[in-house]
Amino acid sequence: MQTFQYRQPASVDQAVQAGSRSKTAQQYADVRFIAGGTTLVDLMKLDVEHPDQLVDINALPLAQIKTAPDGGLVIGALARNSAVARHPVVQRDYEVLSLALLSGASPQLRNMATTAGNLLQRTRCPYFRDTAHACNKREPGTGCSAIGGHNRMMAILGTSKDCIASNPSDQNVALTALEATIQVEGVKGKRSISIQDFYLRPGSTPNRENVLEPGDLIVSVTLPAPVPGTRSYYLKLRDRAAYEFALASAAIVVKVSGGRIERARVALGGVGTVPWRSHEAEHVLEGHAADAATFRRAAEAALKDAQPASENGFKVELAKRCIVRALTVSTQTA
Amino acid sequence: MATDKKSTPATEPPEQEQQNDARKQPLTSRVSRRFFLSSLGAAGIAATAPPLLAATAVSEPPVAEQAESTATAGAVPVTLKVNGKSYTLRIDPRTTLLDCLRENLNMPGTKKGCDHGQCGACTVHVNGQRVNSCLSFAVMHSADEITTIEGIGQPGNLHPMQAAFVEHDAYQCGYCTSGQIMSAVAVMSEPVGPTDDDVKQAMYGNICRCGAYPNIIAAVQAGRSHKSA
Repeated sequence: MQTFQYRQPASVDQAVQAGSRSKTAQQYADVRFIAGGTTLVDLMKLDVEHPDQLVDINALPLAQIKTAPDGGLVIGALARNSAVARHPVVQRDYEVLSLALLSGASPQLRNMATTAGNLLQRTRCPYFRDTAHACNKREPGTGCSAIGGHNRMMAILGTSKDCIASNPSDQNVALTALEATIQVEGVKGKRSISIQDFYLRPGSTPNRENVLEPGDLIVSVTLPAPVPGTRSYYLKLRDRAAYEFALASAAIVVKVSGGRIERARVALGGVGTVPWRSHEAEHVLEGHAADAATFRRAAEAALKDAQPASENGFKVELAKRCIVRALTVSTQTA
Repeated sequence: MATDKKSTPATEPPEQEQQNDARKQPLTSRVSRRFFLSSLGAAGIAATAPPLLAATAVSEPPVAEQAESTATAGAVPVTLKVNGKSYTLRIDPRTTLLDCLRENLNMPGTKKGCDHGQCGACTVHVNGQRVNSCLSFAVMHSADEITTIEGIGQPGNLHPMQAAFVEHDAYQCGYCTSGQIMSAVAVMSEPVGPTDDDVKQAMYGNICRCGAYPNIIAAVQAGRSHKSA
């Protein structure tokens, strides 16, 4: 592992200043914030990331979870995954988020990982993680080893000819269905970014994964006030029953009145290059009967533009059935 | 007691009497390496045990000394509080908490399995929460209380969970065991349901290549209800 300078800023402003000296906030950033470290230390050991400077933000006062003035929930950037998952308001009003968090990683990792760090988790593509292989996400222009290689776990939505790396997150799929916003402090001040606008698809620049610029520090994630009568659910399908990433997953937030779907939000995991919001499925669902036929039509719409690679064609049907099952469970009357 | 390389059956009390006396003691102090080995039979100790195993209480591990001349440029100071004691070191910032415990602080009870947060062998407690020590840098923990397997209990004074692992034969090679026990002890203060499935869900971050899982689950169930058998 390349060595680094280690700094502990005493304030958010100091952290922003320290981060602002990085040439990029994306792949190969030379200054990196470290919180839980569960992704960063892993990648540093693999030499996939080799920052010259680590800025330890763990002492900053960013771990609170509190109600927002409008009735929503503000989750501090440093709130640990385990704390968020067991928070009574999250369990009561945003159950999909709790289910998603508890389906991911391990109890030890959830105690370390932070909300903002989780937003920034990296792909598990084996070629990205192995510097012996060509990878456009690490070095644009060198080629994608996964296309034509081992790509069973890779994406079928949002891919490009340069990169098919899947986003492996559970938390962020739930946050996408919940229409979360991300609060960032940077050199130019504070801003709030809708999670839909936060992630970048690979296109021809797979090394750029989100809209963050040097110095940008995520300080919180905000959930909108819960809509009364809404239910939510997270279904994760994978090779093992535990401690494994999703082959396909679905986060559903839905409100049914008199047998008709009044409101639906659908997001998919395991199949997209980014946490995948499916407006296509929502368009089919809203205003229609909450029945099997509607669910299947929504699933077909969600996967219509899927582009499987040589080993992951099975994900198309698997993702459809995942959507149907998740909708069935979340719309069941008790 | 000093290590006696020539400890022979003739210097021990008669085996039967020793076992009778021992059963009167609570499990956590009754179960010790010495007692377990003695239960193999007197011939068993002499035949199988290298002299080191005849030692009794684990002495305080000496802190590995790092002379200034061997400290790398860019070494950083850190004071770590481990099992209630403070240690001040100068270390390479790349040193993980795991390597610091094992190599710098000479506490090798915590094991390195995968070094990537995927197996749980390196599980320790930081401020009472179980974490993978391989995925954290030691220098980040100067404000934290760290507990390792060495701090959970000692021979003759085992933690109830350690005693349960022995009682339920919850290990084979033993390499995952300290991580399993650290997780299991944490489970005792987490909201985990009562069933074996609940235990599996709570313990899946610790994997065991030997497959001792059924006994591990039994041990966790026994330990967290503080049953001795």
